[in-house]
Amino acid sequence: MTTRTIGARIPRNEDPRLLRGLGCFVDDVNPAGVLHAASYRSPHAHARLLGIDVSRARAMPGVHLVVTAAELGELNEAGPLLVPHPALAQPRTQRPIAVGEVRYVGETVAFVVADDRYVAEDAVDLIVADYEPLPVVIDPERALVAGAPLVHADVPSNRAARFSQRVGDPDQAFRQAVHVLRERLVIERSCGSPIEGRGVVAEHDPRTGVLRVWTSTQAPLPLKNGLARMFGLPEFQVEVIAPDVGGGFGTKIMLFYPEEILVPWAAMHLRRPVKWTEDRREHLIAANQERGQIHDVEVAIDGDGRILALRDHFIHDTGAYTPYGIIVPIITAAQLPGPYRLRNYAVEFEVFYTNKVAVSPYRGAGRPHGAFVMERMIGLIAHTLGLEPAEVRRRNFIQADEFPWDVGLTFQDGGPTRYDSGNYPAGLEMALESAGFAMFRARQAEARDQGRYLGFGIGCYVEGTGIGPYEGAHVRVEPSGSVLVATGLTTQGQGHYTTFAQIVAEALGCDAGQVTVITGDTRRFNWGAGTYASRALVTSGNAVHIAAQKLRTTVLRIAAELLEASPADLELVDGRVRVKGVAGKDLTLGALATVANPIRYAYGKEAADAALRFVKPRAGAVLADGETPGLEAFGYYAPPHATFASGCHVAIVEVDPGTGEVTLLRYVVQHDCGTMVNPTVVEGQIQGGVAQGIGGALYEKIVYDEAGQPLTSTYMDFLMPTAMEIPEIEIVHLETPSPLNPLGVKGVGEAGAIPGPAVLAEAIEDALRPLGVRIREMPLSPNRIRELIEQAERSTI
Amino acid sequence: MSVTPALVSVRLRVNGREYADEVPPRLLLSDFLRHRLGLTGTHVGCEHGICGACTVQLDATPIRSCLMLAVQANGADVTTVEGLAPGPDRLHPVQEAFRLEHALQCGFCTPGFLMTVTAFLREHTHPSDEEIRRELAGHLCRCTGYQNIVRAVRRAGLMLTGETARTTPGAGCDARSAS
Repeated sequence: MTTRTIGARIPRNEDPRLLRGLGCFVDDVNPAGVLHAASYRSPHAHARLLGIDVSRARAMPGVHLVVTAAELGELNEAGPLLVPHPALAQPRTQRPIAVGEVRYVGETVAFVVADDRYVAEDAVDLIVADYEPLPVVIDPERALVAGAPLVHADVPSNRAARFSQRVGDPDQAFRQAVHVLRERLVIERSCGSPIEGRGVVAEHDPRTGVLRVWTSTQAPLPLKNGLARMFGLPEFQVEVIAPDVGGGFGTKIMLFYPEEILVPWAAMHLRRPVKWTEDRREHLIAANQERGQIHDVEVAIDGDGRILALRDHFIHDTGAYTPYGIIVPIITAAQLPGPYRLRNYAVEFEVFYTNKVAVSPYRGAGRPHGAFVMERMIGLIAHTLGLEPAEVRRRNFIQADEFPWDVGLTFQDGGPTRYDSGNYPAGLEMALESAGFAMFRARQAEARDQGRYLGFGIGCYVEGTGIGPYEGAHVRVEPSGSVLVATGLTTQGQGHYTTFAQIVAEALGCDAGQVTVITGDTRRFNWGAGTYASRALVTSGNAVHIAAQKLRTTVLRIAAELLEASPADLELVDGRVRVKGVAGKDLTLGALATVANPIRYAYGKEAADAALRFVKPRAGAVLADGETPGLEAFGYYAPPHATFASGCHVAIVEVDPGTGEVTLLRYVVQHDCGTMVNPTVVEGQIQGGVAQGIGGALYEKIVYDEAGQPLTSTYMDFLMPTAMEIPEIEIVHLETPSPLNPLGVKGVGEAGAIPGPAVLAEAIEDALRPLGVRIREMPLSPNRIRELIEQAERSTI
Repeated sequence: MSVTPALVSVRLRVNGREYADEVPPRLLLSDFLRHRLGLTGTHVGCEHGICGACTVQLDATPIRSCLMLAVQANGADVTTVEGLAPGPDRLHPVQEAFRLEHALQCGFCTPGFLMTVTAFLREHTHPSDEEIRRELAGHLCRCTGYQNIVRAVRRAGLMLTGETARTTPGAGCDARSAS
């Protein structure tokens, strides 16, 4: 049989293990004699740290170590600035342990290691620190006013960065506009909140000198190399393992979190393994967060609703530090134009420090903000001109024959924002048709007659995915016929153990179940970056493909020699190489692997037979110059620039104006991520993303009070949607393969989450149109929707 | 500062095996299962009873093992995710249905869902989607968006009543591969 493995909906290789409870997450790693850590964290959003008394904690039975800044010494330096940028004039990164001043509630002030976590937490309660509270900056808009408190005393006006980009001549276009529409749009702070929090386990083996660290990270290789530098160890003596990772969503791409330095340090210092496992309160106050922008946007249009120019100025709240530089607002600025022809565009943003936990990318990474702004302006244009929002989109889309399309801006990777392929008009029509838009307005009118408020919302987006720099892969066939694949990035639920296996199975003609994939273990593969920015399939997937194709060539060469046939007459099917149309002339991949290793111990009858039947004595050295033993290959892939996926989401909602409750009646996704390796996995990624998008639109909001105390430190306060809130998500696919990479793939990890706020804003506004409600902010709780209805009622009286 | 309290004896049966131990009275059942018995399939996601990842069955009833002390489980019969599959080569029908419907991604919340769903399907042989969703609402999943979990529960219900053989293509991965 000839099978196409790429594109098949096969169940996942990783599932049986996970379903049996045999996953290995960081907290499941228990080296013999492991000790347990807990952090003492700042209770103040901003305070001078005058002193700390850890004597009672140190004296407590069962306590092995209490670390303060004094003990950590030179290691307590400010963390690396991961993505520097010339516009980031005042970067500030966090030390593992705060010195002199604390800048958000939850900042680490001391670290305790004890026999178990219970004792460690008891000891934390015995630590007494002396603080002088300082005034706080919570609202980023008030960060720059004269006399505002300073988060960092040496950063004037709390401004970390100011950056602008321009395409065309927006000012000229504004002068020619028929209409100029202005809006102020706000998107609040949220966070990734994977169900597995963060965690770190470390052990140091004095016999080998190896420091081994298990951590729930999205980037073990950068972490390994950084730890080696910090601890003065050669890189080969540091091993970092991201075992099973229980969701990441960007939160775990941050490095270095304080515990990633404190746990290894404590393990080396105590000569005992040490574990720290984050609890949910710690996650919700001290793991990095995101969203949080305020946009002042204006759009110039002609009389038909065509956009002539757009100007945007926005404020980005970065929290107390800028570990990821200004990557999030840069993405917002670059992705705001979305699928539209925007030839005149000026965007400027300012980044302000506040006394909150630091911001780094969370699923969508600046894109939901940009899509919310652009799509709200589309809605405003439609409302102003009395057009259907869908029609305004049609009039402004980049057309299918206009690729590659250069937006004219520098993207997050420093490369061009150049859309490689897509078909946005077709995507919109697919989504509208699937959602039954043709019938909707009649249904809406009928419902309104019955006092019911239905609304239809659309959200389109373009997502730059698969950024560099590069990833690599190693593929090896064993004499058993098993195939092993190793790559440097991580898996936190995306199904790489299956999709990467499918890519190899396609090349080698074997079953994807025969292929074992290893990710996130620096002992197995030493090169690469990590899993973020919807890049794993594009970068590692193509590296796996390149390695597998090289291996296929080797397989055919060796088999051709042994079977005395031309490589062109061979085929790889069912884990065997065979001469086309000739019965009995075939070899298993396992037998070939045996033959390819000149040591030629054949384990197993089949391999021994193959070796005896086919191998001919060879004069001279068993490996010719340049020849390598075994069936294995390495592959690397570095994308020329990002590849751009796209989609259009449509929601039909019902809003109860009495309670403010929003019910989702339909949610349809049209999606284009190029070639799909496993459509079931793609759909799973989208469904999960949409759930986060809906959560970000209706439920999830990180709240700080005026003193900077986080009020959302449990799952009773930070409301993530359950199965009762998320509807059935209907998905239709459009595949425009990327011309940039051999597989034609684009990323899909973040896609689902991007347009949620935009779609629901348009749908809720459409539903409440008779009441005159405008949606200018996200998320929207029922309470807030009631307030908006009351405001609208007052303004019309 | 807490005075180290006396240890308390606890005897219980977990996945059909008897265990006896001396534990601090404050030790959570979740920590007892994970750290004393090494049954790390029970996961801890929030430790305040919302996410449901730590769900186990206590005398056949799903409970949050993070909201219960190990000593409270004295004398009980506990089933964890490790106790579901009938053997090393076979999955429980609910596990099989989760696999066929792609009802898990990172797999961290999955054991909790499985423990609730296996108990639920003993009581509800033909649940409606509404009933399924209401039952699942005690669990948080950040990866899947829930709909494949709903499908898996529906499918598992049919498998358990013999209306769908576990190898028969249904609406999931296997059937959709034909299209």
